[in-house]
Amino acid sequence: MNLSTNSLGSSVKFRHFLSFIFKILSLLGLLLGLIVLLVLIGDLIRRGGDRLSIDFFTNFASRKADRAGILAAWVGTLWVMLITAVLTIVVGVSAAIYLEEYAPKNRATRLIELNILNLAAMPSILYGLLALGLFVHQMKLGSSLLTAGMTLSLLVLPVVIVASREALRSLPFTLKEASYALGATQFQTLVYHQIPAALSGIMTGVILALSRAIGETAPLITIGALTYIAFLPQSLMDSFTVLPIQLFNWLSRPQEEFHANAAAAGLVLLFLTFLLNGVAILIRIKARKNIKW
Amino acid sequence: MNSEESLKIDIQNLNFFYKTKQVLKNINLQMAEKKVTALMGPSGCGKTTLLRCLNLMHELIEETRAEGTVNLYPQKVNLLSDEMDPLWVRQRIGMVFQKPNPFPKSMYENVAYGLRLRGLKNKTELESRVEKALNQAGLWKEVSDRIHQPAFSLSGGQQQRLCIARALAVEPEVLLLDEPTSALDPISTAHIEEQLSEIKKHVTVIMVTHNLHQAARCSDETVFMLNGEVIEKGRSQKLFTNPQDQRTENYITGRFG
Repeated sequence: MNLSTNSLGSSVKFRHFLSFIFKILSLLGLLLGLIVLLVLIGDLIRRGGDRLSIDFFTNFASRKADRAGILAAWVGTLWVMLITAVLTIVVGVSAAIYLEEYAPKNRATRLIELNILNLAAMPSILYGLLALGLFVHQMKLGSSLLTAGMTLSLLVLPVVIVASREALRSLPFTLKEASYALGATQFQTLVYHQIPAALSGIMTGVILALSRAIGETAPLITIGALTYIAFLPQSLMDSFTVLPIQLFNWLSRPQEEFHANAAAAGLVLLFLTFLLNGVAILIRIKARKNIKW
Repeated sequence: MNSEESLKIDIQNLNFFYKTKQVLKNINLQMAEKKVTALMGPSGCGKTTLLRCLNLMHELIEETRAEGTVNLYPQKVNLLSDEMDPLWVRQRIGMVFQKPNPFPKSMYENVAYGLRLRGLKNKTELESRVEKALNQAGLWKEVSDRIHQPAFSLSGGQQQRLCIARALAVEPEVLLLDEPTSALDPISTAHIEEQLSEIKKHVTVIMVTHNLHQAARCSDETVFMLNGEVIEKGRSQKLFTNPQDQRTENYITGRFG
């Protein structure tokens, strides 16, 4: 190859050019996603912003568009998300710890791991069908808050399990080694070191999982969630509705006024998503504060 | 070993396997109480493996197998027997690793951890024991005003001394050091070597080292290992000035390794 000054010069220029092009491409990718999101929020505000008032939050749904509110829906969404979060964190983190720390590394374990990945990609309506058969009919839990929480939890468990395992696995082996060398048991090592150090990674998985669960409609319709409801749930066994179902219901009506309601409900749903994520991010920041690498 | 020294660790016919590969071959060694014994030899000779066998750290790695007897005195129990609880062993035989590995917590929490594991909750007692251990490791004067700050704010040499303090806090009978200074600069190394003469007044020390000079400087006895076998063991001064085996001489004169 000719490495004279001239040819080297032009090749340097060309490589700088490629580098520059790649930077522009990745920036465009980021902007595209961001702009679509901003347009969406802007559009929702334009169409439904006027409907946001205290009455909108404190009224139940109604046949008259201007008196219809989302009280049952936002309370239902909060309840369902709370149940989902508790179930998912407890079951998901335990499963991840078992798979990563206790399970023997054999063929059966690998098969289970593979299937968890598959489950993460399963269409949500199938979870709805499973829940209808298992929770609603077999276990006779009915179309209740508990059923909804369990269904959504089942749906997002794979995400939390995979993220928690990754978080545990990425910890340095020396951390475990140091703890064991001092005479710690496996349980003490997990509680004092591994779980706290992995917590921020685990919470990242939880954020992703809850963001997916909060917008799910299909599995909840399948288990028989109501679209019109005029009371607030008093117990885990009460029927419920959630924001996405209310939104879908309003959108499917012909009157323009209801479409404005749907846009406003969409804004609330977005806000709730950000709020839930905010809580998880706060937990993550707090977890990082306690761990100083 | 002289007659006035008492036996601390007695290794008999120790064989060690990783999968099907034999890493240690028929090791027979005695280590004296409250002395520093150096394990020396080229990379891959099995000295770290031998060290890890002594507090059963090899059990953390799958498909390893240790056969033979390692008796701990004065209890005269075989550490390798099936009934032996690794927790019991590791409470008595502490370990410091090649690379400093403090926990991502405060210095105080690092040193107090071993005590907390054993259920010690009394705050004044914890504090006095942490101070004592940090003193033994020669770190107390440097950090006494900031022991609640993160351990990772320390320099590498200080981190390693913190790890030594962490191991000493639970008052072990034996301290295993796995090339404790190989990741450190000469000044930090000198700090740790100085501290060894203090530490060995209370604890039996077994140290793996690559560094011939370190073995000569710090140890009472030196063991030379090659390809999983013990070639020669003797008083450090004698072994370095007048080795009995040709292979030992070749190694310490720099002909290989």
